Amino acid sequence: MSKVRYPAKYSALGLIKHGLMKGDWPQVWRHHELKPSYDVVIVGAGVHGLATAYYLAKNHGITNVAILDKGYVGGGGSGRNTSIVRSNYLTPEGVRFYDRSVKLYEGLSADLNFNIMFSQMGHLTLAHNDSSLRTMRWRAEVNKLEGIDSDVIGPDEIKKLVPYMDTSENTRYPIVGALYHPPGGTVRHDAVNWGYARGADIRGCEIHQQTEVQSIETADGRVVAVDTNRGRIATRTVVNCTAGWASLINVMVGLKMPLVTHPLQAAVTEPVKKFLNAVVVSGSLHVYVSQTDRGELVFGASTDPYASYSMRGSLEFTEELAGHVLELMPGIAKMRLLRQWAGLCDMTPDFSPIMGITPVEGFLVDIGWGTYGFKAGPVSGESMAQLIATGTTPENIKAFDLARFPEGRLVGEKGAAAVGH
Amino acid sequence: MIQVPCPWCGPRNSMEFRAVGESKSRPDVATTTPEQWRQYLYTKSNLADWVTETWYHRAGCRRYFAVERHTVTNDIRESRLPAAQLRQKEGSGS
Repeated sequence: MSKVRYPAKYSALGLIKHGLMKGDWPQVWRHHELKPSYDVVIVGAGVHGLATAYYLAKNHGITNVAILDKGYVGGGGSGRNTSIVRSNYLTPEGVRFYDRSVKLYEGLSADLNFNIMFSQMGHLTLAHNDSSLRTMRWRAEVNKLEGIDSDVIGPDEIKKLVPYMDTSENTRYPIVGALYHPPGGTVRHDAVNWGYARGADIRGCEIHQQTEVQSIETADGRVVAVDTNRGRIATRTVVNCTAGWASLINVMVGLKMPLVTHPLQAAVTEPVKKFLNAVVVSGSLHVYVSQTDRGELVFGASTDPYASYSMRGSLEFTEELAGHVLELMPGIAKMRLLRQWAGLCDMTPDFSPIMGITPVEGFLVDIGWGTYGFKAGPVSGESMAQLIATGTTPENIKAFDLARFPEGRLVGEKGAAAVGH
Repeated sequence: MIQVPCPWCGPRNSMEFRAVGESKSRPDVATTTPEQWRQYLYTKSNLADWVTETWYHRAGCRRYFAVERHTVTNDIRESRLPAAQLRQKEGSGS
């Protein structure tokens, strides 16, 4: 295990002490030379990869682990998402899985000794027509059977929760109801990445940034090594946690999967005093809005309509997004957008992930995270760690296996995971 | 924004189109097993490179055509009629 606690445990007293001293805070995770071999190599230092390493070390005592990233920690989808966490999904498998993640998020600040700022402000999915309302009712009933706090509410109750919302009937898309999910909320996503990175580092796992995987060597159908721009690593276990770039790693072992990478754009406004006390999502208007603890409004949209690895924003997006947000909350018309960005989403046909073993022995995947990867980070890390340590696929991810596509067992979550449906 | 050169209508905003996806050959329905058919339906190359894909001009001529696009830069170097239609055209011309 780890030799020293590095850095010291964070505490209120430590904060005061450090505030009185000069000097920078110690680096949160260390830099290492690449070793010639590791027990486990995780590709992608985002929330999924880091959480997998963290739980491998914490729950299973496996610490000879390298997390490789061609960029930097949390530079992909993990730092580009709109940080919404919820569990009001549509299939029982999905609901149970995402709810475990919400539970882990609830205890994560204490577990990681790192404030991840989880605000469970409540989550509203608006319905603008009868068919949406029917799906909401369906979701609410599935949620309740799984013990999730989730129910359909009417426009009056929505108005009480979000007074700035235009719930009148004189709009283009009148609001007829909403699926209300009180435990849903937002997290500071960078804190989750850094917290997991620090936790994995303290326990002895090695984070290697700017280390790009260039090829993966196999022999007799199993993984034997990974070649990177910093050298060769012998290993018998490789985990692909690269989300939007997953297909480019898969092809290194000759695998093709049902993934299409689409950019998803988001934007943030200037900060204002807190007025929005819920996450508001509208599938029909292709938009979701929440207010951060700093006061900025974070807007997200549906994915761009064509496959691409480009992360440039577009004017159509900003225009359409602004129009739709104003449809919901006309009162914020004078607010200015600060910036916009895009992340990559590896979409699957059924809006559920691909997790577990593959036909290449020792090559595991935790991909297909589309537009819902951040909220599932903790539970995915926990489950993948269990799979690596025990060699048995945990019950909660069995439904998300790769074989479901040829066998026709899709786990359809489009009604609960997609914004544009 | 990207501009898509429709072979019939000329360059238009991508919002007028539907990106159908990467081009691939359809297996013979009569001899394909359900597993092979699902493989054809779901599995994608998803390259970060030049790709040949099908686009549909839904707010224009409402025709399908082939586009060669780079998925990292979104540059388009060629758009043309689908292979089947090209063959048909050549056939009728001779």
